[in-house]
Amino acid sequence: MNRHKYRVIIPFLAPAVILYLVFVIYPYGRSMYNSFTSWKGVSANQPFVGLANYVRMIKDEFFWGALWHNIGYLIFLPAIIIFLSLFLAFVISQGVRGSRFYRVTFFFPQVISIISIGVLFSYIYHPTVGVLTSLARFLHMEPFFQLFGFDGIPVWVGDPRTVRMSIGGVVVWQSVGFYMILFLAAMEAIPNSYYEAATLDGASRPRQFWHITIPLLWDTMQTAMVYVGLLAFDMFAITRVIVVSGSSTGRPADVLATYLYEQAFDASRFGYATAIGVAMFILMLTLSALTMRITHREAVEY
Amino acid sequence: MKRESLNNLVGKLTTGLMYTFLAFWSIVVIFPMAWVIVSAFKSDAEIFMSPWMPPAELMWDNFVRAWSKANIGLYLLNTMTVNLPAIFFTLLFSAMAAYVLSRFDFPGNRLVFYAFLGGMLFPIFLALVPLFFLLNSLHILNSHFGLILVYIAYSLPFTVFFLTGFFKTLPTELLEAATIDGANQLQLFFLIAIPLAQNGLVSMGIFNFLGMWNQYILPLVLLTSNEKYVLSQGLAFLQHQQRYQSDWSGLFAAVVIVMLPTLIVYVVFQNQIQRGLTVGALKG
Repeated sequence: MNRHKYRVIIPFLAPAVILYLVFVIYPYGRSMYNSFTSWKGVSANQPFVGLANYVRMIKDEFFWGALWHNIGYLIFLPAIIIFLSLFLAFVISQGVRGSRFYRVTFFFPQVISIISIGVLFSYIYHPTVGVLTSLARFLHMEPFFQLFGFDGIPVWVGDPRTVRMSIGGVVVWQSVGFYMILFLAAMEAIPNSYYEAATLDGASRPRQFWHITIPLLWDTMQTAMVYVGLLAFDMFAITRVIVVSGSSTGRPADVLATYLYEQAFDASRFGYATAIGVAMFILMLTLSALTMRITHREAVEY
Repeated sequence: MKRESLNNLVGKLTTGLMYTFLAFWSIVVIFPMAWVIVSAFKSDAEIFMSPWMPPAELMWDNFVRAWSKANIGLYLLNTMTVNLPAIFFTLLFSAMAAYVLSRFDFPGNRLVFYAFLGGMLFPIFLALVPLFFLLNSLHILNSHFGLILVYIAYSLPFTVFFLTGFFKTLPTELLEAATIDGANQLQLFFLIAIPLAQNGLVSMGIFNFLGMWNQYILPLVLLTSNEKYVLSQGLAFLQHQQRYQSDWSGLFAAVVIVMLPTLIVYVVFQNQIQRGLTVGALKG
């Protein structure tokens, strides 16, 4: 029986395990090593340089710039996305008319590829053709933007001051529907009797939301926060499509992922690029662990 | 009595605000998509001069240009050439591994399971450089075959994790009955386990399809010649090219060609797709 068992186990596991070892485990392990070399990719020899790449990284203002931009996304994206999606989920769960329509429509952006969305929005933001600019002009919003020190209507992705806000806006546009559906699914699992009891006690709907829904949704919100956090650390595709990297507008939009790609595949600094990758890995891991820890509460059971 | 009418008023106001907000977000979501669809039928001059006006006449030629001259047809074919086998083998290999991991006790079972789980912690960016040189030395860089292998490998962790959990919840009576009837392991797996796991496989198929459809960084690094490009890459390439030789109407048409099929598939299979996509977050 025992030998018989392994005649199943081994061939069934082999394809997955082999592909995984070769194309996933090996590159990750190799990266850890490469980050200690000054490899340029051309020669077979990979001079070992110890921590030189990491020292260089600490002194590299572009690295810090990119990291700072990731941190900016990390602060704003989870807050805005989770707030909006939670609010929409709450409103829809109140049994509004046409809730089916909203559920389907708000999820739309999630099924369009991020590159299509990027192309779409780079024209929405276009300073001459873009509808955002012509809408702002139509509404005579120039004085409003002048309050913030702009000459008139900002040029969105063309302006270092607004480029990250514009890119972040696209991500919010795309993600809200997804998290709304996620929260709705979790809300529907809450027994109706809780709300009925609260209504009898005279609690208003916003109060019910605050004291019943939120505590019971905490686990899902925590997951959502980790997901959006990881998203804020990525931002590669959307940034690459909306902004020409390396251009004058490229730097203000840099994130670690685009900077890593540029260092590796445009500048051939492979050792340095992998060191940036290791930094990303450590940051993402720490961040996820921190989010779980900070938001940890005794889960409310029902 | 007075208080009641006040409550009533507040309730009405809240309801009004709720509907206003829903309408607002509907416009925010629909407008950009509608705008690009309408613009795809305009001439370049119309896009430039009157962004708010409907097209004077429908420029179907935009779509013809996008499809053939801008290579969208070729990119779509490439995408399917890569994604379909990648999904098929991701599901097959993951189901095989998950079946064994969930049904057999053997030393190293947990080790394999957690090794797969661990793969989800790493950002793909960390693997890019070694992956590029690995494929280069295996002579599968710039080939669809190489990209398929990489797609399968990176889809495995979550799919194995999910399906292992799924197989564990399946009733074992059928499998036991079939064993008594003398079915061999291959028959058990393909004729009983796979059909039982159908829902899980569909969810994972959708989840991985949209993941691969969206994938940009891997093809960008691993496919270097234009005629091999997949859609996401091709579209980004057109977008960049656009800055030097403008054919906006053609580009909009390209976006519509890429966007519309997924929207239609989504509207038809909305429930399965919403479930397939959110499953990752709910189980994770």
